[in-house]
Amino acid sequence: MATETEAAGAAEHAAGAAGHAAQSVGMPQLDISTFPNQIFWLLVTLVVIWLIVSRVIIPRIGGILDDRAGRIAADIAAAEALKEKAVEAEKAYTAALAEARSQAAAIVAKAREEIRADLDKATAMADAEIAARTAESEKRIAEIRASAMASVTEVATETTVAILGALGVSADAKGVAAAVAARIRG
Amino acid sequence: MELVAATALGKYIGAGLACTGMGGAAVGVGHVVGNFILGALRNPSAAAGQTATMFIGIAFAEALGIFSFLVALLLMFAV
Amino acid sequence: MAEGTEAEGLVFHPMDQFVVKPLFGGDTIAWHTPTNVTLWMAVAVVCVILLFVVGTGRRAVVPGRVQSVAELGYSFIRKMVEDVAGHDGLKYFPYVLTLFLFIVFSNFLGLIPGAFTTTSHIAVTAVMALLVFVSVTVIGFVKNGAGFLSLFWISAAPLPLRPVLALIEIISYFVRPVSHSIRLAGNMMAGHAVIKVFAAFAPLILFSSLGFLVTPLAILAIVAMYALEMLVCFIQAYVFSILTCVYLRDALHPHH
Repeated sequence: MATETEAAGAAEHAAGAAGHAAQSVGMPQLDISTFPNQIFWLLVTLVVIWLIVSRVIIPRIGGILDDRAGRIAADIAAAEALKEKAVEAEKAYTAALAEARSQAAAIVAKAREEIRADLDKATAMADAEIAARTAESEKRIAEIRASAMASVTEVATETTVAILGALGVSADAKGVAAAVAARIRG
Repeated sequence: MELVAATALGKYIGAGLACTGMGGAAVGVGHVVGNFILGALRNPSAAAGQTATMFIGIAFAEALGIFSFLVALLLMFAV
Repeated sequence: MAEGTEAEGLVFHPMDQFVVKPLFGGDTIAWHTPTNVTLWMAVAVVCVILLFVVGTGRRAVVPGRVQSVAELGYSFIRKMVEDVAGHDGLKYFPYVLTLFLFIVFSNFLGLIPGAFTTTSHIAVTAVMALLVFVSVTVIGFVKNGAGFLSLFWISAAPLPLRPVLALIEIISYFVRPVSHSIRLAGNMMAGHAVIKVFAAFAPLILFSSLGFLVTPLAILAIVAMYALEMLVCFIQAYVFSILTCVYLRDALHPHH
């Protein structure tokens, strides 16, 4: 304030000394005859700019910035939700995979079990059959052997009887058979 | 006549002398900024928050130089 | 010899650019006369409208270039107000933004060759500084009542020192509008006057052989000063608004 009044006084002084020449020679800033004009237009300008600022700029740019901040927040939230979803989907996928794997393992085990059972059954059946056939074969062999033995004894007896007959000896059939049997056994 | 000449002489000498005050303002501003940078290099994390303070300091230091400039102008044009 | 031609040929009128002239002829400047002050303030208003109203007309969520600049300026000042004056200072953000926009556009428009710098006039800056001073004082007393006076009574200092400090604080408080206004006007005036002085040296090449040395130097100096002025224009607008915020903070929270 002090310097302003001082300056105004100085300007008046200069204006008084040099008349209107002060405007062209001195500092135009100190020419107080222009002050009302400048102050008036300054106030007009400030009011106009203030109206623009408060009516347009602040609502608009504030709105734009808020809008952007809101949208960014919403986008981040949406991304978060999507990420959550993706994690969940992955979890579900993993779970399904694990279940499928265990199911597959179970199926494999079951199949193996079944196959083994079948195989065992077949093996058992085959074994039984083989055993039966073997037994039968053995029986037949024994039969054949027995019948062959019987035939041999009979043939030997008959042959002996015939030989004895040819030799002119009448032999007792019972005695011959006993002798043959003893011979065969012995 | 001599008085007028003496006044003119005094005006110009005074204006020239007043301009030396600007050197002081230059030293002051340099001091402020230099110390700010020294501090900022030691603690860079705190520097960003203090830039406004630095500008306020510069403004105060510079205002005094502007006063001396104003005195010079007043002597030259208004006295 | 060179000096003689210099005195004849070179014209030094560094202050002529600040003369307030009626826009449509005539000699008298009444309070309502449209002058070059009116013209350049109107241009500043038009620039504000172009940048902030037309530039943001699309309200794009992804901003274009002009809208980015507008948003940048808006958030820059808003953040400054919030940082310096505190959260309750945001109520006064429109006023600070108004001052900042007016000063920054006036400063930069003044850099156009031939333009008139409205902020280089004490009358203009003093009115703005007084507006800030008066409103800050009123806000201080309305918000804090007599407690606002504790701004001058520094309770952290030893008791015998306090009256002295109070005197100093009161003086510095009343010097605020002076330094606040003269800083801006002086910076603008000084820079433009210096450019004008260098510009007066530039045509020396037309009159003297010394000009072959001086003219390029003068033109280089003009370019350098112009670059510096670009910086100063912004910094002074910033400083004016940040000091407004500092005063606001003192008014809202006077207790140190």
